[in-house]
This record gives sequence, structure tokens and C-alpha cells, in this order.
Amino acid sequence: MREELIVSGRMNPMVDPTLHIWHWQIPLYLFVGGVAAGILFFAALYYIMGREKEYPAAVKWAPFLTPFLLVVGLGALFLDLNHKAYFWQLYLTLRLESPMSWGAWTLMVITPLSVIWIATWMKELKPGWNWRFAFLNRWETWFIRYRTALAWVMLISAVILGVYTGILLSAFNARPLWNTSILGPLFLASSFSTGAAVIMLMSKNHSERILFSRIDLMMIGIELFLIIHMFMGFLASTQVQIDAAHMFLGGPYTEVFWIFVVILGLLLPAALEILELLGYKIPILITASLVLIGGLFLRFIMVYAGQASRYLY
Amino acid sequence: MRFAMAIDTKKCVGCADCVVACQTENEVPIGYCREWIVEVNDGTYPQLEMEIRSERCNHCTNSPCVRCCPTGASHYDYGGIVLVTPHKCIGCGACISSCPYDARYPHPKGYVDKCTFCIHRVKEGLSPACVAVCPTKCLYFGDTDDPRSEISQVLKRRKFKRLIPEAGTDPNLYFLI
Repeated sequence: MREELIVSGRMNPMVDPTLHIWHWQIPLYLFVGGVAAGILFFAALYYIMGREKEYPAAVKWAPFLTPFLLVVGLGALFLDLNHKAYFWQLYLTLRLESPMSWGAWTLMVITPLSVIWIATWMKELKPGWNWRFAFLNRWETWFIRYRTALAWVMLISAVILGVYTGILLSAFNARPLWNTSILGPLFLASSFSTGAAVIMLMSKNHSERILFSRIDLMMIGIELFLIIHMFMGFLASTQVQIDAAHMFLGGPYTEVFWIFVVILGLLLPAALEILELLGYKIPILITASLVLIGGLFLRFIMVYAGQASRYLY
Repeated sequence: MRFAMAIDTKKCVGCADCVVACQTENEVPIGYCREWIVEVNDGTYPQLEMEIRSERCNHCTNSPCVRCCPTGASHYDYGGIVLVTPHKCIGCGACISSCPYDARYPHPKGYVDKCTFCIHRVKEGLSPACVAVCPTKCLYFGDTDDPRSEISQVLKRRKFKRLIPEAGTDPNLYFLI
């Protein structure tokens, strides 16, 4: 029998007995940031492909949510800081080694971009809209002229935002559950899937819904593959990662992960989408909400379980 | 220059004098600590083995906390000592999550705090508070780049281990076994 005890009574708040420095703010931010990244990615993609007439919800309507999502995310990030008055220090430096640094900068790029993007569609979506100030009208004309360039920047920064939410966690080699490069693509796939779910919800046009059902189905397939792959990787890795995998394979996170993320968040919506594509009438609200709740649970579970996984020495 | 510490687990009795000295010297807020004692009990009676370790920040040469810090508040200072600049720290917790030794904690004032190897004493040529008070003289502090320093001599003579070197941090606490 071997036991290791901290006998000097170390009980640092938020660190002992297990790390719990990050609470609801971080997973909430990872989720809303992911949804916004997904929406903006599809908006930029279908605009670049010249399909804005066919897919108006994706290109024009759904992006209206993104500034709010990003602001909620930024607000959550701010609430998470312990030294709030110094938050501006983030924007005095760019540290490429730190995912959190370039994530902060990506948010600084994509949040104004999302506002500009929806502003360029205002007149089209709301006839009679007037910008009140002449310079705003001039800016609008200018941005509409360079909308394709805007879409390209948005496409790339949306991918960075989606990937970064995963890489943020995978950069921490001290937490074996997070320390897998699968997390970047997994969170990216999840953000595309949840973004597609929002677009499905907002779409009034059948062909657009079918398209995003298909995209969502594909993303769910990728997510399932990545999840299986992640656990295979863990089980074939070092003892600490085997222990991390066992948190989900019999450990405390087993039920909540497999029921809420895999069954309710991935398998059930996939089944409903397959039925829909086969021609059955499935209420879109059910499918989309399941996908969104599954994505939210995935972020929460990964953030909380990751903090509980550790090296033992 | 590369500051490091060696802890003689054969001499340490786990009195926690170092812990209290550190709290006093560095005005660590009540309920927090920058260093701690770990007691390892191995085996079943009557075949028992015990190891006592005085642990703190490892001032790693490849520090994940310095790498993860988004503002550069966590940095390498004099002799490789890893420090946090409070007025640059935003308290995001990235470094706390990145430390495999859980050596950092959020200070009640908001910034992240940790062992400094008592850099203010070291710069004056003194040893860190924990080393200075140790009643069994089981702590050795010094420059491992200097082959004549006491710590270099001890590490040459004795068998030692480091904690979780597999985490890739290249830690600078040496536990003499």
C-alpha cells in the first residue's frame, strides 16, 4: 500500500484538494465562442461561394447572433479573471506560445468583424434602414465593396477561434485529460455542428435546412470518430492518461458524458437528422436543441474533468 | 547561473518549519502556502517505508506556466527563478492549470502567487527563508552551474530524483534519496 499525504495542511483555495480554478465561465465561453465561430465560418464560406441568395439564414440572419454570443463569451472570460482591473495587459503583448494570448487577439479581431459583417447586410434585410451619420454610410459602401476580403478574414479567424477553444486546453500538459491534440479538431467539429444547428433553427427555407442537416450529420460523424480516437489514444498512452480515460469509462464522469454528450448530444440528433433526410417530418427545434445542449455539456465536462485529472507522484 | 534546491529526504523530519518560515518571510496570506510537506508511506506493517519531502515551486527550466502566460507576467528572472509580476498578471489561471506540481495559487488580491526562492534574500547573498531555518539542515540551495557550489557537490555525491520529469518541465528541485 502506498499513500501520499500533504501533511503540512496545504489547502490553497481553488487548488486543493483538486484543482478547481475554472468554473462555469470558461466552458460557457468555449461554447458560445464555438457557436459564433461555426456561424461566422458558414456565413463567410457560403458568401465566398456566392450562395448568399440560396442560404440567407447562414450568410445574413444567423450572424446577427454572433456579436451577442461573442460579447457574452468575453463577459464570461472577464468574470473568470481574478485580477480584473489588469485585463488590458492581455492587449499589450502577443505571446505566440500562449494559446490564451492569441485567443484573446483572435476575439479582438473577430468581434468587430462580426459587427461589420451584419452592418453590411442591414439595408438589405431591413429596407429603409438609415445609418444616421454620413461617415457610417461611407464606411458601409466601402465594406460592401470589399465584402469578399472581409469574408476571407472572417473565415480564417473563425477557424482559429474554433480550434483555439480546444488548443487552449490541450496546451496544458499538467492535466492529462486535456493534453491531447484531438481536442482542437474535436472542439472545432463541435463548433461547426452547433453553428449549423443555430442556422437550421433560424432558416425558413427547406433546401437550406436540408443542407445544414447534412453538414451537421457529417460533423457529428467526425465528432464521434474523434471521441473514439481520443479514448483509444488515452488507453494506449501513459498511466496518467489511462487514468484520465477511466474517468469516463467507469469513473465519475461516465454517465454524464455518455448520456448527455454521446447519446443525447450526438447519436440522437444524428438519428433524427437521418430520418429527416429520409423525408420524415422532424421538428427542427428538437434536433437543434439536442445538438446545442450536447455541445454545452461537452465543454463543461471537459473543463471540469480535466481539472480533476492530474499527475500523481 | 541556475538556481536550484536539493532536499535531503533522509534528513527531513517533516516539522514544517520551512512552511511557516516562508509564510512569515513572504507575508503569505492566512490559509495559503507557497510550500508544503508531503509524507509518503509505502508498504504494509511491518515492512514500511517512509519518505518526507519539503516541496515548493520547481522553478522549471522549461516552465509550462511561463509558456502559458498570456501577458508575460510569469517570467524567468535572476538565475532562472520563475516569478510573477503582480501588475502584469490578469489572474486568468492558465499558469495554475499548467503546473503539474500545483505550486501556484490565486492570491486574495487577485494575482497569482508562488514560491520566489526568496529572490529578495538571494540577491543579497542570503539563502531562502526555508533553507535558513531548517533545523536538520536538509535543504541545500545554490547555483548548479557552479561546480564548486555546495548543491553541485551534494548532487555529485548523492543519488537523487526529480518529481514528474516526464511532464517535460525540467524541474530544479532535487530530492536526495
